[in-house]
Amino acid sequence: MTLLTIDDLVVEHRTPGRPLVRAVAGASLTVAAGEVVGLVGESGCGKSTLARAVCGLHPAAAGTITVGGHPVSPLGLRSRSRALTGAQMVFQDPYASLNPRRRVGAQIADGLRTAGDRTTTPEDLLERVGLPRDFAGRFPHEFSGGQRQRIAIARALAVRPSLLIGDEPISALDASAQSHVARLMRDLAVESGAGLLFISHDLSVVRLIADRIAVMYLGRIVETGPTAEVWADPRHPYTRALLGAIPHPDGRGVLPAELPGDVPDPADPPSGCRFHPRCPLVMDVCRDREPEFGPVACWLHEPA
Amino acid sequence: MTLTISGLTVSIGGAEILRGVDLEVGAGRVHGLAGESGSGKTVTGLAVLGLLPHGSRTAGRIELEGRDLLAMPAKRLNAVRGAEIAMVFQDPATSLHPMVTVGVQLTEHMRHHLGVGRKEARDRAVGLLAKVRIPSPGTAVDRYPHQFSGGMRQRIAIAVALACEPKVLIADEPTTALDVTVQAGILRLLRGLCDDLGLAVLLVTHDLGVMSAVADEVSVMKDGLVVETGPRGQVLTEPRHAYTRVLLESLPGDGPKLPQEER
Ligand SMILES: Nc1ncnc2c1ncn2[C@@H]1O[C@H](COP(=O)(O)OP(=O)(O)OP(=O)(O)O)[C@@H](O)[C@H]1O
Ligand code: SF4
Ligand SMILES: [Mg+2]
Repeated sequence: MTLLTIDDLVVEHRTPGRPLVRAVAGASLTVAAGEVVGLVGESGCGKSTLARAVCGLHPAAAGTITVGGHPVSPLGLRSRSRALTGAQMVFQDPYASLNPRRRVGAQIADGLRTAGDRTTTPEDLLERVGLPRDFAGRFPHEFSGGQRQRIAIARALAVRPSLLIGDEPISALDASAQSHVARLMRDLAVESGAGLLFISHDLSVVRLIADRIAVMYLGRIVETGPTAEVWADPRHPYTRALLGAIPHPDGRGVLPAELPGDVPDPADPPSGCRFHPRCPLVMDVCRDREPEFGPVACWLHEPA
Repeated sequence: MTLTISGLTVSIGGAEILRGVDLEVGAGRVHGLAGESGSGKTVTGLAVLGLLPHGSRTAGRIELEGRDLLAMPAKRLNAVRGAEIAMVFQDPATSLHPMVTVGVQLTEHMRHHLGVGRKEARDRAVGLLAKVRIPSPGTAVDRYPHQFSGGMRQRIAIAVALACEPKVLIADEPTTALDVTVQAGILRLLRGLCDDLGLAVLLVTHDLGVMSAVADEVSVMKDGLVVETGPRGQVLTEPRHAYTRVLLESLPGDGPKLPQEER
């Protein structure tokens, strides 16, 4: 069952005195129940904007988002609250999801109340994220970053979301806690039958937990596929550059390949294929026409 | 300039965090430091920078070209720290001031330590931003940190660390928050600075791929001690210490083979 469907989504940021930024520029993506999709791509490519739109925190300028069959619309308050219980977000900074002045148990209880859950207790949820039950009586500042992120996950799960979204949920954590927390999110989401959209720039962790991977470049999804397939045979030139930049722990001192060219300005994207100014395989057609198809949005991989 | 740490012990609030650390980082070398959380990697870096919390007790030696930093009066140490030793952390918010433009942060110490004029400092600032691949460096220099994405902020923090042409750079998980494509550029930049300017880099990282790409020597810490030191190739592929083997197996860092082999 498809839980999240994003179809040709456009999200724009307007800042007074600055050109309009089309941060998400026609992106399509699905997440099924019990599925983990890893969303990767360079900083500024629009991953967070897409995630926030799914939670109803940014309006869509065009295109549609449905979570569990319900359209997400930030305008109608009713559909927004429904969308909010449908999708729960865990942010990079756990303080963004936790109130520093309230005991963690009370904050988890809020979520349980929203979901109308009278049997689960905050202590149960703490246990599920691998924390002692008596942490419920403490405040967020009493914990380490990794523990706080586990609490934020417990809080998000309390609402019984059908979709869990992690926006760089591990990147502020101590390096040794990162893969633990990532695996925990995966296990809990899959166990409860929810989908997980996991945004991370750490490709080795995405490879570890994602069933499918979606590669984003400058507001568009340029390649999707099963993680193992994309890893073994990346097809879009950007995906190849991305994976080629991962250094290998072989002890040989090989510097990873650099992607040439500047990160383009999303307020003024290149014509045609957005990757063309940096693409080693660029052809004439790439400069004029945007490849608007999947699963690999590249003229070299046009579906027959 | 060679940084030599010998028999370094550090106690914070009565707890012994470092128990006799020995490490040497030569000019033009990158020394990678691995070890699990709490093993003392960051504290080792902070000790070199003189940034340990108040009330910490230290013993041993931290020598920079024969001068023992631990025995130095605070004032002289401050001068050495500003001019010769710089640092980069995982979170750029630690090193960047949110209310001050990037240009001012890049030039404020430059003018003091390098004795360059306003105009030249600004040119150098723009050059540094270009070096760490910030788009439109000429205008970026007048913007504030929050106007950049997370990845760009870290590149700016690295530019700030390099502004005074330090001899020693302590880099604690400097690319952990970055995209691999940006990381590749930063690793090349760090390697180039070592090779061209003789910068000595102490690189704390959990990423064995990063370690493998840039480190000349690798040391592994456990419970406040260095348990293994050796050339990169040896430590990463034929570790001698049992703990190093366990650590290497537990850390992610495996990458895809295909794209790089094709190049
Ligand atoms: N509130 C905002 N106002 C104006 N522009 C914004 C806003 N938020 C994001 N942007 C711009 O939209 C684009 C996409 O940003 P977004 O935060 O979605 O990227 P990201 O892929 O999450 O990056 P990162 O990996 O650095 O978190 C960027 O150019 C960014 O500068
Ligand atoms: S469409 Fe053309 S420019 Fe774009 S990625 Fe494919 S080959 Fe490169
Ligand atoms: Mg983001």
